[in-house]
Amino acid sequence: MTDEVLDATSEHLLRELAPQVLGTVIRRFHDFAAAEDAVQEALVAAATQWPREGVPDNPRGWLIQVAARRMTDFLRSEGARRRREAEAVIQSSYLAPSADLEHELDQDDTLTLVFMCCHPSLTPSSAVALTLRAVGGLTTAEIAKACLVPEATMAQRISRAKNTIKASGVPFRLPTSQERTQRLRAVLHVLYLIFNEGYTSSGGPHLQRLELSREAIRLTRCVHILLPEDGEVAGLLALMLLTDARRLARTGPDGELIPLTKQDRTLWDQAEISEGVALLTAALSNGSIGLYQLQAAIAAVHDEAVRAEDTDWPQILALYELLKRISDNPMVILNHAIAAAMVHGPSKGLELLITLDSDTRIANHHRLDAVRAHLLEMAGDHQAAITHYRIAASRTTSIPERNYLITQAARLNESAPSPRTN
Amino acid sequence: MKYILLMAAPKAGFDTYRAWSEKDVQAHFAVLKDINKELSESGEFVATEGLAWPEQAKVVRAGKDGAPITDGMFPEAKEFLAGYWIVDVDSPERAYEVAARISGAPGPGGVPLSMPIEVRQIMTGKPDELP
Repeated sequence: MTDEVLDATSEHLLRELAPQVLGTVIRRFHDFAAAEDAVQEALVAAATQWPREGVPDNPRGWLIQVAARRMTDFLRSEGARRRREAEAVIQSSYLAPSADLEHELDQDDTLTLVFMCCHPSLTPSSAVALTLRAVGGLTTAEIAKACLVPEATMAQRISRAKNTIKASGVPFRLPTSQERTQRLRAVLHVLYLIFNEGYTSSGGPHLQRLELSREAIRLTRCVHILLPEDGEVAGLLALMLLTDARRLARTGPDGELIPLTKQDRTLWDQAEISEGVALLTAALSNGSIGLYQLQAAIAAVHDEAVRAEDTDWPQILALYELLKRISDNPMVILNHAIAAAMVHGPSKGLELLITLDSDTRIANHHRLDAVRAHLLEMAGDHQAAITHYRIAASRTTSIPERNYLITQAARLNESAPSPRTN
Repeated sequence: MKYILLMAAPKAGFDTYRAWSEKDVQAHFAVLKDINKELSESGEFVATEGLAWPEQAKVVRAGKDGAPITDGMFPEAKEFLAGYWIVDVDSPERAYEVAARISGAPGPGGVPLSMPIEVRQIMTGKPDELP
């Protein structure tokens, strides 16, 4: 063992190169699971050799060569039948050294890899794990730590995901134009899940989860570079940046939640806001419209208000009207009701919530009660607001949120004239 | 989403368990071992532990000076926690499925014990954006 470790620049370089190298090796050897192992070994070799011997002149070629050598060893050990196949592959690629492989490398390999890791045949948790490993270049231990599960469990999850891909016979190629919209939606959803997994309370043991938000932004940026014309990719990246910009203001020193109206807006990250707004403006000027772009546009309106009372609620309401037309997600209806309440008063918002009581997807969700409580409080019906804050508190699965909701109920209860509720 | 599956057994259960045949004990643990193996292979396993028996349990309260006051387990308690599993699954239905497998582990004569397994979600949810 050596004490020397990779410097940050080299580590960053390795993370950037990992999906390119993996994509190339998969395309050449047609075995996702084995290629993934081989590339991981090449990355480990780089992490141990580069600090001693220096970063090679052609780091990508170096990694491909090491990974290809591992693949060859693997294929050679696979038995006689497999050996003949291996020899054929070796003849055509490996023996003509890395230059051959490397010259074929193009950016489509990375994109193809993203589509493969976010394949709809995988469960969301598997797709998240596989994407972080194969595209993000994170180690299994890092992913396990971020997802708060044991490393052995994460190793199994990744291994199963690879086997699922193998068993489903997904070819290593870009989706056809017919498949593309649906497949891209799956990719964006996985990236959004990764972001959301990290975008949480920054307190205590959850600190490392912030890394996942950064990783999601990095990966989405990478997909955006590969597909610059796609409005929804740009929209998702903008949404992440515009949401992440508020992260520091969103929680207090003990991890308690601070609602948008009470946040210290000087803590918002103006660089992220500017980048998000610029991305969104460019995407919208192309005439495209989609779920992520609209959500990003709403986030941008919030972010551009210097004070909470400056928020352009009519604009937000108009954006939710558009969103409602292209999405039947009950969360959209819920948020639309908040915007309507801010523009037309709480009774309008409460009226819009009634339809959700019969929607099984959300009727028992804490968020419906939390919003209803908020609007009832706005309307001055504090007793009913207390009831709904408490129902919401009993239904949420987030500790900071439960604390927040209980605090809201307590605040109203203590300021309420008798009879007091207990 | 993470769930804890709590296996509680009636006081009498601990007593009769001591009298199970070797074959029954082995069959019971073979099934639980299979379940653990399955959870590991599916990438859903987080943790499992069995607890020492109630005879050794103490109930502790803080005295006025903050010092622990220990007491034996109360004999009137009907049920005692025997062990737990923590799983990370994609749906509540999957957590119920695992709980049913545990509940169905065989008892004497290979008859499923049908122990009640309490399934509780662990608070790992993400807070929503608040208005």
